[in-house]
Amino acid sequence: MQTVKMVITGPFNSGKTQFIRTISEIDVVSTDRKITSDSERVKEETTVAMDFGRITVDEDLVLYLFGTPGQKRFDFMWEILSEGMLGFIVLIDSSRPETFREARRILEIFRGYAPTPYVVAANKQDLPDAWDPEDLRIALKIDPKVKVVPCLAKDKESVKSVLLELLYAILEEMDAEQK
Amino acid sequence: MALKGNLRDFNTTQLLNLINLARKTGALTIQSQGTDAKMYFKEGKLIHATASGQDGDLTHLLLKAGKLSEEQSKQIHARAGEVSEKELALYLINAGLVTQNDVVQSVKDQVLNVIYRLFTWEEGVFYFEPNQLPPAGQITVPIDLENVIMEGSRRVKEWERLQEELPNLDMALKFTDRPSAKLRNVNLTVEEWRVISFINPRNTIRQIAQSNNMSEFQIRKIVYGMLQAGLVELVRPEGAEARPLIPPGREQPVERPPAVKRSVINRLIDRIRRL
Ligand SMILES: Nc1nc2c(ncn2[C@@H]2O[C@H](COP(=O)(O)OP(=O)(O)OP(=O)(O)O)[C@@H](O)[C@H]2O)c(=O)[nH]1
Ligand SMILES: [Mg+2]
Repeated sequence: MQTVKMVITGPFNSGKTQFIRTISEIDVVSTDRKITSDSERVKEETTVAMDFGRITVDEDLVLYLFGTPGQKRFDFMWEILSEGMLGFIVLIDSSRPETFREARRILEIFRGYAPTPYVVAANKQDLPDAWDPEDLRIALKIDPKVKVVPCLAKDKESVKSVLLELLYAILEEMDAEQK
Repeated sequence: MALKGNLRDFNTTQLLNLINLARKTGALTIQSQGTDAKMYFKEGKLIHATASGQDGDLTHLLLKAGKLSEEQSKQIHARAGEVSEKELALYLINAGLVTQNDVVQSVKDQVLNVIYRLFTWEEGVFYFEPNQLPPAGQITVPIDLENVIMEGSRRVKEWERLQEELPNLDMALKFTDRPSAKLRNVNLTVEEWRVISFINPRNTIRQIAQSNNMSEFQIRKIVYGMLQAGLVELVRPEGAEARPLIPPGREQPVERPPAVKRSVINRLIDRIRRL
């Protein structure tokens, strides 16, 4: 069986968890860790929510979606998470320009890990203050070749379209490599 | 009288008890199964410990504790050169990168990691060198032995139980397929994250531990917790014979996925369209 993965990243509160929740076939739950009575575990407070979703294609192929954690101090996990990814999605809260700079920073870091394709999802397009995807592109200095897709993380069709855009970008990249 | 012998006859608990009661100062070395552990004591308190095969580098410890970023750790490590541990810590604290407490806690964790492992050793030669202290630039943190002994004994029991529950570290892990298995919004510690990101039917539990610089005890505990929570299940490793063992070291990925084919992308597209 082959497993492939995509990483959903973006600034704090941009909708990563919602995005994965909307499309994943597995349900929300929190683990009850049985072994917690450990005095060595000084890092008990650093417990972190990891977003994790799955889409089963068939018996031989499964797609995993990994969402990066919001807190900055877990940045060091990004590189590990991004290992072997097919591509990544940078999710942005289009209504909060104060997060754009951070989004740009995250995008650059992920681009540095692997030359994989990516798309930018301009999330929360339903909010009155949401910036237009094309305005976002300019504000964030996104390469004209990279897609900036409007997004509503709560809407399944919208999430599907973002994932599909990334997959199309991956196909295009493969074609380009062939030549 | 020289204090030397074999753990078979005088075990770790008894040794530490003696050092504590006699308020000894000096270095205790224990050698077992190719591993050397060296502990330093001052007036009956544990002040430092190292073990072969355990990375005690301060920048790495702080990285592991989530106090430094990967990038910071790399840069500092490359530049630190011959600087002593104390000097390095002072620099990091003055630069505002970490707090004194972060440093103390990281060093303490490392020392305890070394010493707790010893409780599970049933055999090994030991010798005590009176009045030998750690090198001058070394950070030392005094730790009461009573607590160490109590916690160590508790761990021996836990260790025995974990070993029964998860005897074979050469098994691999995969995420459960059961639709009822609920994997989202799971609350995980940094260590669990690290393990999760390496889960793949090709990687044995032992290899995951090595890649993350985790002890057998740590990895057993994490995997056991995930098994209990129904997140993962044990599987026989795929293609185990054909594959060379991956040496420890984070920069080496345990397993690179094979190059993805066009047909795979097309199948993904089909599936997502139909969702
Ligand atoms: N209006 C609107 N709200 C959204 C949308 N997507 C997400 N949200 C809301 O935005 C908030 C943050 O969403 P999350 O999914 O928790 O964001 P996140 O990126 O996972 O956040 P962190 O993990 O904390 O970084 C929640 O209150 C969501 O309900 C959207 O498309 N429209
Ligand atoms: Mg989230």
